[in-house]
Amino acid sequence: MSMEDKTLSAAASGAQPLVRISHLEKIYPTHDQGDVHALSDINLDIEPGSFLTVVGPSGCGKSTLLKILAGILAHTSGEVEIAGKRLDGPSRELGVVFQAPVLLPWRTVLQNVLAPSEVQKLDKTKMRERAMELLDLVGLKGFEHKYPRELSGGMQQRVGICRALVHEPSFLLMDEPFGALDAMTRETMNLELLRIWREQKATVLLVTHSIPEAVFLGDRVVVMSPRPGRIADIIDIDLPRPRTLDMFNTEAFGRYTRAIRHYFSSTGELD
Amino acid sequence: MRRKPPGYVRTWKDSPLISPLLFVSLIAIWEIAIHVFEVPSIIVPPPSAVAVSLWEGIVTGVFLPHTAATLWEVVAGFISGSIVGIVLGIMIGLSPFLERVLYPYVVAFQAMPKVAIAPIIVIWFGYGIESKIVITAMISFFPVLANTIVGLRAAPQDQVEMLRSATASDWQIFRMVRLPNALPYIFVGLDVAIIVSVIGAIVGEFVGSRVGLGYLIMQRNFNFDMAGVFAILIILAAIGVGLHSLVVIVQRRFLFWSETQSALNSGN
Repeated sequence: MSMEDKTLSAAASGAQPLVRISHLEKIYPTHDQGDVHALSDINLDIEPGSFLTVVGPSGCGKSTLLKILAGILAHTSGEVEIAGKRLDGPSRELGVVFQAPVLLPWRTVLQNVLAPSEVQKLDKTKMRERAMELLDLVGLKGFEHKYPRELSGGMQQRVGICRALVHEPSFLLMDEPFGALDAMTRETMNLELLRIWREQKATVLLVTHSIPEAVFLGDRVVVMSPRPGRIADIIDIDLPRPRTLDMFNTEAFGRYTRAIRHYFSSTGELD
Repeated sequence: MRRKPPGYVRTWKDSPLISPLLFVSLIAIWEIAIHVFEVPSIIVPPPSAVAVSLWEGIVTGVFLPHTAATLWEVVAGFISGSIVGIVLGIMIGLSPFLERVLYPYVVAFQAMPKVAIAPIIVIWFGYGIESKIVITAMISFFPVLANTIVGLRAAPQDQVEMLRSATASDWQIFRMVRLPNALPYIFVGLDVAIIVSVIGAIVGEFVGSRVGLGYLIMQRNFNFDMAGVFAILIILAAIGVGLHSLVVIVQRRFLFWSETQSALNSGN
């Protein structure tokens, strides 16, 4: 299915997309090798409540796309709208989970989770309650007053996820959040993330370089290819929800991963 | 202190007595050498004479007004110098414009030997305690300033971006990320500053004063009271070590989270 069809079907369904990206370009000027075309003609609609995964080899601009959406990187041309408003910087509607947990070592787990709500001057008692709920949700009850260095990598990343959710954003951006974790922890975290997504009813855009992860988590998988970074295809994943780890072994799952891998086998990149 | 691997066999090198023993033997050698070679005590005093002079100075209360004056100069100079260093460091560290405009002059000022400026300061601020505080502040502000500037730039980019994505203002980013990340550096500067502050106060007193340990050194030197001068040196060393320890204690409270601080203080 081509991209134009996707956009059309989203419009036809009547749902106002939460995010609308059209003809987005990003060019990095460099002083020795000329301009680097990081993103070229990106068109993408994201429906509210959906789980979108972006997969591609390194250098395909997927992290650049995420930083632009997070409002911390300016784009060169094109339009980005979030909830009907033109993107012009960071937004309170967003929560971001980074590749590394990026915790502040002088703050306790609870204080780290509360950082965005502090920045946005939200109600302290209410936010504290919410932070405690979130920490409970990710299995970190009892760790509220520990410092980051006392936690394992997986636990730190879960604190990062709580922090991204504390101010109740409608749109969650995740940049290879589980890339640094071992395979076992990663599977557990995937399941936990799906559970959180279900309970919080947020919209998620998750960037990954793992094809199985992209298929397992997403309603749709955006396949990107490098130099210049562009969308090669958008694939609907019709696996039933809730997803279970058994699905990794189903035939349908294999079909999806093969279909995506097909885009990269020719270039020999990814995995 | 480094932890020993399991199965490590203790040797004489692990004894906590080595360092004190070294001190005692050096003092003993010094004492014996002076008697054996009949060194006149106006050149090098024997340790016993230094100890007697130190003891007498303490019990008679001779040191008290001088120590109080010098300590006050050191502390007041250190605090005002550090405040100027931190404030100026924050301004320069956050603004490339101010760095371009101000920093060359700050460096040029630092390049001027403060000992050479001291006589001017004494003329401007008088023989009293004020001129010593100014000299001490001038000497102690630079290490604090330089470390504050470097520290403010040490904030990891990902921490800054994390807060920015949560709609943080520049001021919030400064308060929540840049300043905490600068603290380990600022404390390195404060630790250097407190030591050089003692130098500043003594230099100021050498140039012109009526009270203070530097003044007392000059007076005793003039009277060829070498044991008396050495006794004051011991007091000055004690002041330096004491103030340094204070900085380290405050630093430990503030930087419990920092990995670098344990390495910094490994000497203690």
